[in-house]
Amino acid sequence: MTFQYFVPHPYSKAFLELMTRWDRIIAGFAVFIGVYSLFHLHWTRIRRKAAGWGYSIFVFLGAFITIAFGLYNGGEAFWHDKKEGTMFDWLFLYIQVPAGATIFSILAFFMASAAYRTFRARTVESTVLLLAAIIVMLGRVPVGALISQYIPLAADWIMGVPNMAAKRGILLGVSLGAIATSIKIILGVERQYLGGGD
Amino acid sequence: MRLGVSLNPNPPQADKGEANLLGRLFLIIVLMGIIQPIIPLGAAELVPPEGFRAYDTPWDGGESISLTWRVSPSESPEVNYIIYIASSPQGPWIEAMKIRSDAFYKTGALERFGFRKKSKDFHELQIDPRRYFASDKNRQAIYYFKLATARGEEFVPTEQVVSATAKGNWFNIYKINNLIIMMAFSGVVIFFIIHARRNPNLFLRKISGLDAVDEALGRATEMGRPVLFVHGLTSMGSISTMAAVNILSRIARRIAEYDAILKVVNNDPIVLSVSQEVVKEAYLEAGRPDAYNPDYVVMVASEQFPYVAAVSGIMTRERPAANFFIGYFFAESLILAETGAATGAIQIAGTDAYTQLPFFITTCDYTLMGEELYAASAYLSREPMLLGTLRAQDVGKAAIIVILFFGTILSSFGIQFVSQVFRAF
Repeated sequence: MTFQYFVPHPYSKAFLELMTRWDRIIAGFAVFIGVYSLFHLHWTRIRRKAAGWGYSIFVFLGAFITIAFGLYNGGEAFWHDKKEGTMFDWLFLYIQVPAGATIFSILAFFMASAAYRTFRARTVESTVLLLAAIIVMLGRVPVGALISQYIPLAADWIMGVPNMAAKRGILLGVSLGAIATSIKIILGVERQYLGGGD
Repeated sequence: MRLGVSLNPNPPQADKGEANLLGRLFLIIVLMGIIQPIIPLGAAELVPPEGFRAYDTPWDGGESISLTWRVSPSESPEVNYIIYIASSPQGPWIEAMKIRSDAFYKTGALERFGFRKKSKDFHELQIDPRRYFASDKNRQAIYYFKLATARGEEFVPTEQVVSATAKGNWFNIYKINNLIIMMAFSGVVIFFIIHARRNPNLFLRKISGLDAVDEALGRATEMGRPVLFVHGLTSMGSISTMAAVNILSRIARRIAEYDAILKVVNNDPIVLSVSQEVVKEAYLEAGRPDAYNPDYVVMVASEQFPYVAAVSGIMTRERPAANFFIGYFFAESLILAETGAATGAIQIAGTDAYTQLPFFITTCDYTLMGEELYAASAYLSREPMLLGTLRAQDVGKAAIIVILFFGTILSSFGIQFVSQVFRAF
């Protein structure tokens, strides 16, 4: 990948594409390992009647119904191109997507509870955080400008100067860390990710 | 002589002709005075540009041909340039691009032309000829170009036909700055790895989040509750996931020594396989291979929010004593960490996703920020060779601070070159 970044030649690009294709093929087969792990986990829970084992039944129900409609492919066999507007699509659009959106919507409540805990101004740091948060929040809504024309300007300054500086500082550190880790892996100094010792 | 002479019913003959001439001259001057200010400047005659030239775009993959021409005096927002392309000098010609005449200057391509003053006097753009001749498989094919200037219905073609071939290059010279920086930093890392082998007593600054790992594992052991390790959402190709797996190995080894329970949840099957192998090996190294249970390293969901639901369910049902959120996280970070905080677990997070850091800092007891994620494996293992890379990271950061300091001063004095030296093209 590093080589390809500096070498724009078509052969270099073709090689990268070949590697990427192999990556996709391996990932495709790895899905079977994931499915086995998931089914084994939930089958064990049902067998042992572990706490909340009833939910595991829904895992099998959901998986089998989706797989069945996926294979049925709207009347055409699964080896043909995927048909649009089938029951498989319906399950995705009207069950999985709203369920995911529901979980995502919980985020708003969690933000409120996390903010309440953090913004209790017990230390200097949390007081600074609280003040910055108030200014930024007010600066992002029309009422902020109604209170004072300087609030949106202050909010922009906080986001554009101290916030941006901190963000870039973190990114610079991350880049150095990523290069150092890559070198450790390339040189074989770090082999933990292979399941090997030091 | 009076101006009203032409109105005289019996003027002298010689005076009549002279008066007519003067009258017409006066009329022309008056009309010019009235009309000239209302003629737009752009309505002047279109002047076709000069110096039209085509050449292979240097240091690219052979995808494009560059075209350049001099700025024309008739340029304005109403005037357009039209570029035609053909595979033979006789045509047929295809209209490839139509651009505003006040756009696409050489000044827009700093990597090729730098800060040269003359750049503003030339237009420059790239064209991918295979976009128009997709069936042409010949990589050495010559393509021909013509340029025309247009304003509304007015159209002035340039007679000149130019040609070029797009060739692939084996090195992108515009990325030489990145290569030099990467090689310099790699050299520093290798130097400190070698140095650490000779002198293993390196000073390390304290990272409280990593010092708390033992405390969290000890608490879980005493309480008889499991430790939950939550991977981020990226695959094994991501460097953050590799760093997370390295940390998992260190944690698993200590858990095996403490005889506690470690549960690892994944959302990627390849990360799952690697995690199983890493945890198994860690138990083996600790001399407790019998304690390893493959059912504790599982894949719970492959999608983002099903993953959140599954992990939150595990946290609320099994109430782990310690939660580790290590890797690259997205919007799920706060839901996971807040659920864990509600169960009363000690929470340690580590991520290089700076957008999620505030959420982890808010809800976790300790947070490894950015580069600390990459330092964790070395810090926990205390292996001299791994510690050498931490010293290299610190040296790299010091160098960046010095460069930023002097770069800011030089830029403040108008020396813009410095700000472009480190730019990635």
